[in-house]
Amino acid sequence: MNKSKRIDEGNIASIILREISGLADGQIRFMEVCGTHTVSIFRSGIRSLLPEGIELISGPGCPVCVTPVGEIDRAIALAQLKDVTLLTFGDLMSVPGTSSSLNQERAMGRDIRVITSPLDSLEIALKEKKRRIVFFAVGFETTSPAIAAAVKEAKRKRIDNLFLLSSQRLIPPAIRALLSPRKVKIDGFILPGHVSVIIGRTPYSFIASEFSLMGVITGFEALDILKGIYMLLCQKKEGRSEIEIQYTRAVKEEGNQLALKAMEEVFEPVGARWRGLGMILESGLTLREEFKEMDASLVFDIPYEDKKDPPGCICGKILQGLKSPPDCPLFDKRCTPENPVGPCMVSSEGSCAAFRKYGAFR
Amino acid sequence: MCLGVPGKVISIKENLAEVDFGGIRRKVSLLLCPDVSEGDYVLVHVGFAIQRLEKEEALETLRLFKEIDRGYLE
Ligand code: SF4
Repeated sequence: MNKSKRIDEGNIASIILREISGLADGQIRFMEVCGTHTVSIFRSGIRSLLPEGIELISGPGCPVCVTPVGEIDRAIALAQLKDVTLLTFGDLMSVPGTSSSLNQERAMGRDIRVITSPLDSLEIALKEKKRRIVFFAVGFETTSPAIAAAVKEAKRKRIDNLFLLSSQRLIPPAIRALLSPRKVKIDGFILPGHVSVIIGRTPYSFIASEFSLMGVITGFEALDILKGIYMLLCQKKEGRSEIEIQYTRAVKEEGNQLALKAMEEVFEPVGARWRGLGMILESGLTLREEFKEMDASLVFDIPYEDKKDPPGCICGKILQGLKSPPDCPLFDKRCTPENPVGPCMVSSEGSCAAFRKYGAFR
Repeated sequence: MCLGVPGKVISIKENLAEVDFGGIRRKVSLLLCPDVSEGDYVLVHVGFAIQRLEKEEALETLRLFKEIDRGYLE
């Protein structure tokens, strides 16, 4: 970035901050649902720049953090089968299961590999026909269409040694679960920009119509986030509860219809467990009947078992906005990024990792 | 994990585009976002273009900020 652009952005930021101060009136609390927002907010120091009274709390928007221990254990059990190669996205590798992690399993010689795109799974399956390739897929709506496209391609190419272990989750049902019953005071939401690129604005309408709360779909630059907060405060001042889009350069009212269609063709909603939030109806995605031969949870005889969270870890409460990382007795003591106890410290987008990295607890 | 990175489409061959991310080039699938042309900006997530960013729109945020700027100065 050149110097003049930086100065320009700095000036604009201070002007929006002044506008925000002008609107701030009493205590108000906004939840940023998405982990990418959490990181951006910490990195840019926005929390400390906001006037007193405006509080930002982090929500359940990190796919790695909300994956329960039982699902990690199930993936590990699959990776322990001799003819299985397990593929997954990088952040999941260090999440502790009950007695080990995917990283530790790999060190012990299991064939576990990190991929960066669902399409990599097709290439690997085509190259290594003798192995059964299982893609352990986490992700929200941002990622699910890409996973769906890969599943469709696999079927079209008649690849029969590729299986999907789906741990995908949907954001609107989680927001609903947070609000009913509402355990924590929330006045409005900074809504996830890239989930919304796919789903658009309408799926959040219930936040305004049923709960009379406001929301702004926000981009990820520091200026986007400040503008999002400004828009929320304007709504408050004018007594409105609406879902607005700040991130108009990427988010369309109707989302990405083609991506939604791919997702709907391949998956159907199913009840899913979230760390901290428990079972939420229709908040996960499972393969539809036509694709069931690829469903690792059916093909392999390894049932899901509920497991306990790591002792002492309060990730579950943090993901609901009920607690903050420094409230955890293990934070920065027994639990560090080098030796994480819970997923909120493992994931680069976890609240504990962000607090630790950017020193917000000091 | 929902990170999306904007890049510029350099060339297109069937469903694949070569996209430039500030000097680094990668192949990107257009299966979810086929209506793009060379020179367009796209938002890329896990190897897929998920939305076309019109240059004008990409600059819009900045313009909106400038509007606040003007409002403040008036
Ligand atoms: S600091 Fe570690 S143990 Fe405590 S809540 Fe965060 S991840 Fe869990």
